Amino acid sequence: MKAIEIHHLKKYYGKARGIADVTLSVEEGDFFGFIGPNGAGKSTTIRILLGLITATGGRAEIFGQEIQKNKTSLLGEIGYLPSEAMFYHGMRVRDVLRLSADLHKKDCREEAEELCRRLELDTSRKVEELSLGNRKKVGIVCAMQHKPRLYILDEPTSGLDPLMQREFYSLLQERNREGATVFLSSHVLSEVQRYCRHAAVIREGRILVTDNVEKLGHTGAKRVTLRGVSQAPALSNIKDVECLPDAVSFLYSGEARTLLNALAPLPITDLTVAEPDLEEVFLHYYREEEKDNDHI
Amino acid sequence: MTIFKHELRQGRTGLLIWTAAIAFMLGVCILIYPEMGSQMEEMSAMFADMGSFSQAFGMDRINFGAFIGFFGVECGNILGLGGAFFAALLGISSLAKEEKEHTADFLLSHPISRSKILGEKFLAIVLQIGILNAAAVGVTALSVLLIGEEVSLKTLALLFTAYFLMQLEVACITFGLSAFLRRGSLGIGLGLAAVFYFLNIIANLSEDAEFLKYITPFGYTEGADIIADGAVNAGYLGVGIFLAAASVTLAFRKYHTKDIA
Repeated sequence: MKAIEIHHLKKYYGKARGIADVTLSVEEGDFFGFIGPNGAGKSTTIRILLGLITATGGRAEIFGQEIQKNKTSLLGEIGYLPSEAMFYHGMRVRDVLRLSADLHKKDCREEAEELCRRLELDTSRKVEELSLGNRKKVGIVCAMQHKPRLYILDEPTSGLDPLMQREFYSLLQERNREGATVFLSSHVLSEVQRYCRHAAVIREGRILVTDNVEKLGHTGAKRVTLRGVSQAPALSNIKDVECLPDAVSFLYSGEARTLLNALAPLPITDLTVAEPDLEEVFLHYYREEEKDNDHI
Repeated sequence: MTIFKHELRQGRTGLLIWTAAIAFMLGVCILIYPEMGSQMEEMSAMFADMGSFSQAFGMDRINFGAFIGFFGVECGNILGLGGAFFAALLGISSLAKEEKEHTADFLLSHPISRSKILGEKFLAIVLQIGILNAAAVGVTALSVLLIGEEVSLKTLALLFTAYFLMQLEVACITFGLSAFLRRGSLGIGLGLAAVFYFLNIIANLSEDAEFLKYITPFGYTEGADIIADGAVNAGYLGVGIFLAAASVTLAFRKYHTKDIA
């Protein structure tokens, strides 16, 4: 069953673009990353999924149900973490957690206690006294304490220190192993690469590519770094050349033998050939799209 | 009724302050009446000679020598204007504050329909206005007993009912507006309550402007008319009920499909 299915979703605010054409699907039980820079349309897509805004066109379904028509029941199955979690002034953390549980009509005290322990969250503090990171933790507990089937997380780790990020992802992986689906937006590619099974890249309101994270990283190109030389060899299939005082690095997408022949006469002291990381892949897809647009 | 209880908890400090302030002023106003009583006949005559000023506040048609006349103008202004401001604040901030303070994402991402949220928020407003008016009635009853004045209970009940309905109407209209607003809105609410108050003063000044009484909810709370007629003007009240109902209906329709920024 599909946890999320989106077909040609559009959202315009007058003439201003929110998203232009988003199509993607997320299988139930998947750990899905939604990657894109600020303003690409990640939050707009998420807000449509939650029924906070209405799409201008296209279709969006969660667990096979159209969102706007079944919003109230679907929201009971979703744990949502906004990019900037804000709560009611004057309330203590424990009151916010209880309010959220009451709105879900569930007794989540035990689960909330465990989550607060693991995230080191003091529930006696007032929300306006909390740092950005601690506010985020309150949002995480609110999103997780009712044990939803689907987690929709918008930039979930912003504001969390690295140790807390690790604990948070460990919690998410546990829930994912129990069968829950995770859909998270991020512009931190390394965390998508580390934790997600599938990902979609969005730019300027359009999906550039959707695939499993391993395949996304496999573009056929290799990152070649040469020490002892300061100029790249004269080859036709190289790009992203970075020249350092005693090294040069570039992306190569041609024949291995051609590369070796070109390197043989050079005074190289060290050589590494590696898969490009997702950051480079991300830029690769962006440049591909720009090239396509230039041709049009 | 989670939202209903949450709204009451969130609004309890404001309710306490407004109720205490209005009840205190009402109590003081009534308690000083006996001291002023001896001068009231002269004051009545003086007000009658003050032309437009007296007309504006309905003091030309009222007997200040009688307690109910004094109450209808002085205390009416305290509970009428104070209550209207309180009602306007409650109504205008009810929905807009969620977007202004960015709590709308939290609230609307829970499994509760927007209609239910609106319904419970509206009920919380009605109850808070009810509590403020009940306190005003209580303080008035106690103060009247203390000064030993004889009062027509029917007239007093009519005045209090009119003030309560007027505050509800102000709350309904501002609640309706709140559904359309996104950011700071307190100024709009307070401003609207003040405009309603001054429209009634203008309507009192000129017969040509009397139609304004159909627009402003203060039209049917005029102490002089209620005391003289022994009734609340049904025409003004009828239009008020229609405006209130239309505003709340509009709020539900708008908020049901509103994009939460």
